[in-house]
Amino acid sequence: MNGLLEILRGLDWSPLWISLKTGVVATILSFFLGILAARRLMYAGPGKKSVLDGILTLPMVLPPTVAGFFLLLLFSRRRPLGILLYRQFGIKVVQSWLGCIIAATVIAFPLMYRNARAAFEQVDISLIHAGRTLGMPDREIFWKVVLPNAGPGVASGTILTFARALGEYGATSMLAGNIPGKTATVSQRIAMVIQDQNYLTAGIWVGIVLLIAFLSIFLMNWVSGKAIRNVERW
Amino acid sequence: MELEVKIRKKLGGFRMDMEFQAKAGRTGILGASGCGKSMTLKAIAGIVTPDEGRIVLNGRVLFDAERKINIPPQERNAGYLFQNYALFPNMSVEQNIAAGLRGRDAGGRAAREKRVAEMIRMFGLTGLEKLLPRSLSGGQQQRVALARILAYKPEVILLDEPFSALDAYLKDRLQEELLEYLAEYDGLILMVSHSRDEIYRFADELIIMGRGQVEVQGGVREVFRDPHTKAAAILTGCKNFSAAERLSDHALLARDWGIELHTEKVLPQHFNCIGYRAHFLEPVYGARKENCIAFRLHGQRDLPFEKNFYIRPEKDGYAREHVITWFVQRGGWAALEERGKPDYLQLKEDGILFLQDGTGENE
Repeated sequence: MNGLLEILRGLDWSPLWISLKTGVVATILSFFLGILAARRLMYAGPGKKSVLDGILTLPMVLPPTVAGFFLLLLFSRRRPLGILLYRQFGIKVVQSWLGCIIAATVIAFPLMYRNARAAFEQVDISLIHAGRTLGMPDREIFWKVVLPNAGPGVASGTILTFARALGEYGATSMLAGNIPGKTATVSQRIAMVIQDQNYLTAGIWVGIVLLIAFLSIFLMNWVSGKAIRNVERW
Repeated sequence: MELEVKIRKKLGGFRMDMEFQAKAGRTGILGASGCGKSMTLKAIAGIVTPDEGRIVLNGRVLFDAERKINIPPQERNAGYLFQNYALFPNMSVEQNIAAGLRGRDAGGRAAREKRVAEMIRMFGLTGLEKLLPRSLSGGQQQRVALARILAYKPEVILLDEPFSALDAYLKDRLQEELLEYLAEYDGLILMVSHSRDEIYRFADELIIMGRGQVEVQGGVREVFRDPHTKAAAILTGCKNFSAAERLSDHALLARDWGIELHTEKVLPQHFNCIGYRAHFLEPVYGARKENCIAFRLHGQRDLPFEKNFYIRPEKDGYAREHVITWFVQRGGWAALEERGKPDYLQLKEDGILFLQDGTGENE
């Protein structure tokens, strides 16, 4: 018991903060990007829709390391975009916290996008038709009618996105690396300490991750429960 | 005040080819389920786009395929009453009614609020302003939906089967309410329904729609009296039909019933079918009179206020499988019980519908 306390006291807590910060920022980004993408696709023609849908969903289907590989190709400081970002704006993506965010966002975004789209498509089409005949602009119909009535689906998409972003490993390790105190997330720390045969520390981190997972699910259910009260459900 | 519609659109298994005009007042479109009548309303509202044709409302072209005009629904100034009312579940009564005023040039916030308050008073919704639609009764929901439409004074109101999901009691109440609230509206109202009673009660002008096409158009009473085609007669609720042949100016042969019918008036020149409403058959006891059918009872079904008899005309040698329906309303029950099964059923000349039966013929 004393040994456990000793370890807790001596634990480097930075991976927790890095993971949480990354998760929150990536969720916020995915939330808005996912909703915008879903909205854009709702009004797209069928051909365009299936192509765009494929591209937007790809990161979810690809192994994260493959997605990480593409990101690395894109942002490497030996390639045009990486060079441009660094020279013009001094922005460094590879081996930086920004890399963590980009990796987590790219991997988690499809969950938000797909859930949002499914939720929008569940909204009674006659509500949209009614809005249009009433003279509401399409933009207003979306934000005032479609989105609020898709609330529960959007909320559950957000939970999944946050959970996925928080635990991202493969693409993050490729793009951002595992620099202690900078890009070392909880997932990467767990993998590292297990490689060192340090099962006790790994166990502590696993416990913390479980706790966060449960807390976020409870929190989101509570929030979406509030949203649900506006809409009749079975 | 005039609406001109001439549109074509390919639907699932058939082609819609609608052409009609409607004037200010109440026009009903009667048609079987899936005949394209809702689609017609949606095309007028701009929710669906026809493949070809033109829609003109009060001189303003809403749609013209050739000239590539397609005014978006937002600018068509049409009010559409959906079957489920399509009230926004996340908005209060007040916000729902205001929704139609926001996009329009309604003279700013103050004028908008005033109009909403006015509609709430007019439609008896006082005290419900802040409630969400789900806590309203069916009747209140209908009133909110109507108030939401009438608030912005549309040029045309489109009613899409507004009563088909309601039980009989509520249906009756809401029909009455709807008529009451629409009484002062002086624009054009188009109601679509598959219910003959609903349309008869509501409309002045009637369009009967077959599969994607106008079968007949005219005053409601005239069309019910003379539906012209068998398809239209079926939709007006006529139950009995027989293939018919004109023998002379005053005689015809009803082939399926195996009888000759004689009339005082000169028969119309062209018809190949006759119809006879189930309520108009008269029981005859004793001696055979003119235009009587001898029959055998096939089945009987009792309704609360009506007895339905299904009979087979008795023809020489063989009885056809052509069942005739005879409805007897309450007033006629006593005589029937006292005297038993009548010997004959008589067809009255005034009740005979002279029709064209298009099926099986090359047009």
